[in-house]
Amino acid sequence: MANKITEEIIEYVSILAKLELTGEEKEQARRDMSNMLDYIDLMGELDTTGIEPMTHVFPVQNVFREDVETNGNGSQQTLQNAPEQKDNMFKVPRIFD
Amino acid sequence: MELLSLSAVELSAAIKEGKTTAPKAMEAVLSRIDRTEGEYHCYVTIDREGAMDRAVQVQRRIEAGVLSGPLAGVPMAVKDNLCTEGIRTTCASLMLDNFVPAFTAEAVRNLERAGAVLIGKTNMDEFAMGSTTETSYYGPTRNPHDSGHVPGGSSGGSAAAVAAGECFFALGSDTGGSIRQPAGHCGVVGMKPTYGRVSRYGLIAYGSSLDQVGPLTKNVEDCAAVLEAIAAHDPRDSTSVRREDNRFTDALGEDTAGLRIGIPRDYLGEGLDEEVKAAVLRAAEMLGDRGAVLEEFDLGLVQYAIPAYYTIASAEASSNLERFDGIKYGHRAQGVRGLHDMYKKTRSQGFGPEVKRRIMLGAFVLSSGYYDAYYLKALKVKALIKKAFDRAFARYDLLLGPVAPTTAPKLGESLSDPMKMYLGDIYTVSANLAGLPAVCLPCGSGAGGLPIGLQLVGDCFQEKKLLTAAYACEQAAK
Repeated sequence: MANKITEEIIEYVSILAKLELTGEEKEQARRDMSNMLDYIDLMGELDTTGIEPMTHVFPVQNVFREDVETNGNGSQQTLQNAPEQKDNMFKVPRIFD
Repeated sequence: MELLSLSAVELSAAIKEGKTTAPKAMEAVLSRIDRTEGEYHCYVTIDREGAMDRAVQVQRRIEAGVLSGPLAGVPMAVKDNLCTEGIRTTCASLMLDNFVPAFTAEAVRNLERAGAVLIGKTNMDEFAMGSTTETSYYGPTRNPHDSGHVPGGSSGGSAAAVAAGECFFALGSDTGGSIRQPAGHCGVVGMKPTYGRVSRYGLIAYGSSLDQVGPLTKNVEDCAAVLEAIAAHDPRDSTSVRREDNRFTDALGEDTAGLRIGIPRDYLGEGLDEEVKAAVLRAAEMLGDRGAVLEEFDLGLVQYAIPAYYTIASAEASSNLERFDGIKYGHRAQGVRGLHDMYKKTRSQGFGPEVKRRIMLGAFVLSSGYYDAYYLKALKVKALIKKAFDRAFARYDLLLGPVAPTTAPKLGESLSDPMKMYLGDIYTVSANLAGLPAVCLPCGSGAGGLPIGLQLVGDCFQEKKLLTAAYACEQAAK
C-alpha cells in the first residue's frame, strides 16, 4: 500500500483536510502516511468476513428531547470569540469575486 | 502541618476540622508553583487571583455547612481541553490561543459543585495528540522525577502537576491512554472510566467514540472520591449512561480474596523492558498474597489494536477538527484571498505537525475508495477486539499488565520517530476501543528512579473492582 501514496494522493487529501502544505511538508506527509499505512495494513491479515462494523461499544439510540430553549441567549458571549464580527453576526472574508 | 503532603481527601478533612482553610491550601499550592513551575511547566494558564477568590468563597460555604464532601476546599488542576467559562482554554494549540469559553465542562462543574477549587489549566499534547506532552504549542512539560525526561502524555501537565504538588488532584482525558500512561510515567494514580460514565460535555473532542474524562490523583482513595464527583448522567452528552452504582469510595478496602485476575501473556512479551515486567509481576504477586487468583492467558489480537486505534482516532479527529476554520473562534490567518484561502491558511498556521499528520491520515482513511479498506475494516477489528475482551471477562474479574513498555523517555527522543511513539500505546489503546475502564497506579521504579505504572483493566462499569484491587496493591506496597 505504502508505495501507492503518491504526490497526487497527498495533494487530494490536503484539499479534503483544508490544509496548505509546503513542498517539504508534502514530502514529509507522504513518508509519514506511507509508514503509518504500512503498519495499519496489518489489519488485512485478519479475516473479518461477516463481522459487523462496531461504531459504539454499547447499543446507542438517538436521544430525543422537546425542542425547548434551555440555555438562554448567549449570542454576545459566543461572538466575543469571533475573529471578526459585524451587526451581531460572524464576519467572513469575501466568498465571491 | 505540611499541607502539600496531604492527599485531597485528607486535606478536605483537615479543612473541615478547622486545622487549615481552603485559602491556606491554595496559598501553599501557589507558592509551590512559584518554586517549581519554572522547571516543570505543568500549566498553560494559572488563574492566581481567581483561584484565591474561589478558595475564599468555598471556605465560607464550608463554614456555613453547605459544603461537606471529601473534595471541599481542595485545589485542583484541569487539562486545557476541558472548557472553563471565562478562563482561556487552548488545547495547547495556537489555533485556540485566544479562546475563552462561554461555558464550563460538566465534569469540571461537578467538581466545583463538590467544592473543589480550580487553580488553572494544564499543559498537554496539542489537541491531545501525542504521548509525551512535547507537541504542545507552549513547549514541553518536564517529569518531576527527572526533568530530563518527559511526563508522558497527552495529559502530561496534569500528571506532572499532581506529582510535583502543584495541585492536589487533576482532571485529564484519555483517548488511547492519555490519562493512564502519564500517570504511570509520573508515579501517580490515573483512571479512564467506562465510556459514557463521565460526561464529555465541554471536552474539546479528539476521537469522540474513544474520549473519556477521568482523574489523576495522589492515591487510590482520591481517585475514587474524584470519580464519585464526576460520574453522573448528563442529558447534554448523548453517549452519557445513567447508572446508580456511583458510590466508588465504598469499594476501598473490600476483600480481594477470590478475585480472578488474568494476566495477558501478549502484554509481557517482546518490546517490554525487563525492569517494567519485573515490577508488574511483583505487584501481581502481592495481589496473589492477598487471595487473588492469578492466571496467565492469551488475550489475542493485541497487535491489531494500534492499527485499528490510529485509523479510528485519526478519522474522528479529521472530522472533529473541521470546526477550526477561523470563523467562530480561535486563530484566523491575515492577508487572505477570499474564504477558501482563509480556511486553508488559518488551519495550516494554527495546527502543529502532529495534528496535521493525524488530520491527513484521517481524511485519507475516510476518503472515497479507501473508506472500506481502512475505516470500515478498523471498525470490524474493533468488534473482534471487543469480543476478545468479552471472552476474557467471562473468566476473569480484572486484567493486569504494564501501562507502557518503558519508563518515561528522555525529552526530544520521541518526536523524531512518530511510529515508535505510536507503538508505545500498545497496552492502553484496547481499553478505549472496547470502552473499558482501566486504572494505572505506581508499582515501583526503574533505573534512575523513574516510576513504573501498573495497569488494571475491568469489564464495562466495573470501576469498583478496579478500585478494590488498586487500593489493595497500594496498601500492600506500604
